[in-house]
Amino acid sequence: MTSAPAILRRRPRVCIIGGGIVGASAALFLAMGGAEVTLFERDRIGAHASGVNFGGVRRHARPAGDLPLSLRAHRIWHRLPELVGHHCDLATPGHLKLAETEDQMAVLEAWLPVGLQAGLDVRLLGRADLARRFPWLGGNVAGGSFCAGDGFANPRLVALAMARAAERHGAAIHESCRVRDMTPRAGGWQLDPEGRPPIEVDQVILATGAWPLGPDPLPDFRVGAPQMFVTEPVPLLHMPVLGLISGAIYLRQSQRGNLIFGGGQGSIAPDGRRSRPDPAGFSRTPALLQRLLPGRANAAIIRSWTGIEAHLPDGLPMLGPSPSAEGVFHAWGFCGHGFQTGPGVGEVLAELILTGQTATDLSAFDPARFATVPRRAPAPPGPDMESLT
Amino acid sequence: MTRPDPLPAAVIGAGPAGLRAAQRLVAAGLRPILLDEAAEPGGQIYRRPPPALAALRGPAALYGADAGRALALARMFETIRGHVDYRPQTLVWNAARVAGGAFLLQLRGADGVDADLRVRAVVLATGAMDRVVPVPGWTRPGVFSLGGAQVILKAQAHLIGRRPVFAGSGPLLYLVAWQYAKAGARPAAVIDAASLGAKMRAAPAMLARPRLLLRGARMALDLRRMGVPVIEGALAERIEQRGDGLVLHWRAGSRSGLVDCDAVGMGHGLKPERQLADLLGCPVVFDPRSGQWHSTTDAAGRSPVSGVYLAGDMVRINGAHCAEAAGEMAAGALLRDLGLARVSAPRRALLRLALARAATFRRGLEQAFALPPAAIRDMPDDTIVCRCEGVSAGDLRRAIDLWGPADLNRLKAVTRCGMGRCQGRLCGATAGALMAAEAGLPPDAPGPLRGQAPVKPLPLPIFPKGAA
Repeated sequence: MTSAPAILRRRPRVCIIGGGIVGASAALFLAMGGAEVTLFERDRIGAHASGVNFGGVRRHARPAGDLPLSLRAHRIWHRLPELVGHHCDLATPGHLKLAETEDQMAVLEAWLPVGLQAGLDVRLLGRADLARRFPWLGGNVAGGSFCAGDGFANPRLVALAMARAAERHGAAIHESCRVRDMTPRAGGWQLDPEGRPPIEVDQVILATGAWPLGPDPLPDFRVGAPQMFVTEPVPLLHMPVLGLISGAIYLRQSQRGNLIFGGGQGSIAPDGRRSRPDPAGFSRTPALLQRLLPGRANAAIIRSWTGIEAHLPDGLPMLGPSPSAEGVFHAWGFCGHGFQTGPGVGEVLAELILTGQTATDLSAFDPARFATVPRRAPAPPGPDMESLT
Repeated sequence: MTRPDPLPAAVIGAGPAGLRAAQRLVAAGLRPILLDEAAEPGGQIYRRPPPALAALRGPAALYGADAGRALALARMFETIRGHVDYRPQTLVWNAARVAGGAFLLQLRGADGVDADLRVRAVVLATGAMDRVVPVPGWTRPGVFSLGGAQVILKAQAHLIGRRPVFAGSGPLLYLVAWQYAKAGARPAAVIDAASLGAKMRAAPAMLARPRLLLRGARMALDLRRMGVPVIEGALAERIEQRGDGLVLHWRAGSRSGLVDCDAVGMGHGLKPERQLADLLGCPVVFDPRSGQWHSTTDAAGRSPVSGVYLAGDMVRINGAHCAEAAGEMAAGALLRDLGLARVSAPRRALLRLALARAATFRRGLEQAFALPPAAIRDMPDDTIVCRCEGVSAGDLRRAIDLWGPADLNRLKAVTRCGMGRCQGRLCGATAGALMAAEAGLPPDAPGPLRGQAPVKPLPLPIFPKGAA
């Protein structure tokens, strides 16, 4: 047991900075738990990576340290109708990770016991298994790993649905409102939002995605802008969500039939807040898609987009209490795989704040785990395992 | 002789604005690249039939009173053709600013092969398309946009029907009805959203181009003389199937009626084709008179993005005559900015005068043919607004209610309106106006849709044949 749980003189006052899926789910679970919640979002709810990511709801092939949180989040995904009044297009056709080389296959073999230990329905598939189960699949694939129960949801809806539900539970959500400054006050923090009066709160959650702020020195991190494409609807292939283990391409088919695929990195504008696809990506990534789905019928690409993500050196987010500042919680830098865990992050933060503890092992995300160094200019990111899923 | 240029200038669009821009650049000794989606130059206004049909209807039949201008433009182009890197049937599907102040254009050529092109300056003369305000039944077979009806006549020598109804507003309404009557159709009615009063009130402004005003009035008179019922101040309410034909219901205040027909051509004026300008970062401003978002330029057509010049209907719907002047002017600005040539003062004054007259006339048109608020406000819930994704006015209203009114991009995100093949080119303006009306917001509050590449669908042979 940690310090006196907030069984309280009054409701805890919590301010959340950032209205992505993390901030919105924290607002929801805190408001449901009785906290007085104020959320400030500089742009719109879900305007950045939370709203434009690939939409993968995947426990498969996650780092072991990420799994407890991911498993917890998975249960919440299935409770969305009851929690937010909308299923957010959740579908669970399974997730298929493909290896192109024997070395990559070894990575999947090494993960298998991790997944089985976590209770996942995961199995390895050889070349012949793949050909039998997914006859449309092309490419020079050595084998794969299939995880039942994983899938995708509609990223455009989730953060927004959670924010609206939080409002119904009494949270105050302010969009287009930047927090200029936060300063310590006796037993809490004062925040200074643009165009609104300052507010005093007991706790602050830094759910700022790729734009960290707050009292702690920043660890070394880089930003990237994974890019995605979508085709017009084509007949349903009844495919799982799939991706190459190299991260060069990942793919799913929406219930409407659109093929949504990502791969490669776009470029980020000098202001760090806008990004756009790399023109060369329009030939590179679709060429990879052609290898995975060989055929001659046309499917037109109708749109492309990017979102901005922060990556920490170990590929895991900054999540937990600040090492230096009382009442401050980090919840940012989700390294391209925060969409699935997002709902779990909110629930865990609410537990931490309302009860002083959580049953979920967050040790891998400890914000104190890095020797902090001054932030350097963002470097171009390397390939990721299914960025933004 | 034209000199080779390692980093050339590009003109996108070979309509009146683009052709005059290319001519001006050639006159200064450049060899511009002229990129156009169509197989032949002329743009939508002077669209040519394929060679096999060209003999059937000559320029006089195709372009009426504009035949002289169409011919002059075509003849001019033959004189510069050898000095222009002309690439017809080429779609520019992406445009981006790249290092060194240059621009990258991504093309899909006639052969289906993609190419990247680097240029140092670009004149966008991408024209306009129909603004269609949906009514229940507008997606039925037999219903066309006014511009589409005109293209079928001009390029294919076909009619959308023998007894078509033309509904909507704007000069194109009367022009297309008149062209159909001349081509042998018997239009069943013209349903004009503009009232006679509104047109009378706007007449003084339209006197800025008296010949054009007179021509419009004469076409309306001709139609009445040919026995075509013209109902003014009336909105199309819905289009239904009846037997092999269609029936269009209209309402004018307390009066209402229906017209039996075999086809419908509908449209409320034109909207600028701004997508490439958006991708290049050209800012936009909302004009309450046109009810649309427009790219901003200075008087010569310079956009605030250095190296990008905008001309013709893609900026403001001033029509083909004015587009010629605007194209020449924008190319002149480009030449001056690159230090290559100066336009003589008298020439510049002449072009400016033409543009000023056109702007006055256009304001008159916008006043006379303003979209009645009822067309959006009273749109029935079962009206399909986004036909690509099947999103109805009721879906949009429910989404605004459920998620809160914020902006058009969010409405798109939660409803899919504008996420289909046309990427909101057709439905974006209607959805924005509907959001403003529904939520009691100012008309500019929903904002424009964000542009994303590709600006038109980019076919790829990626789908497994025989799948599913």
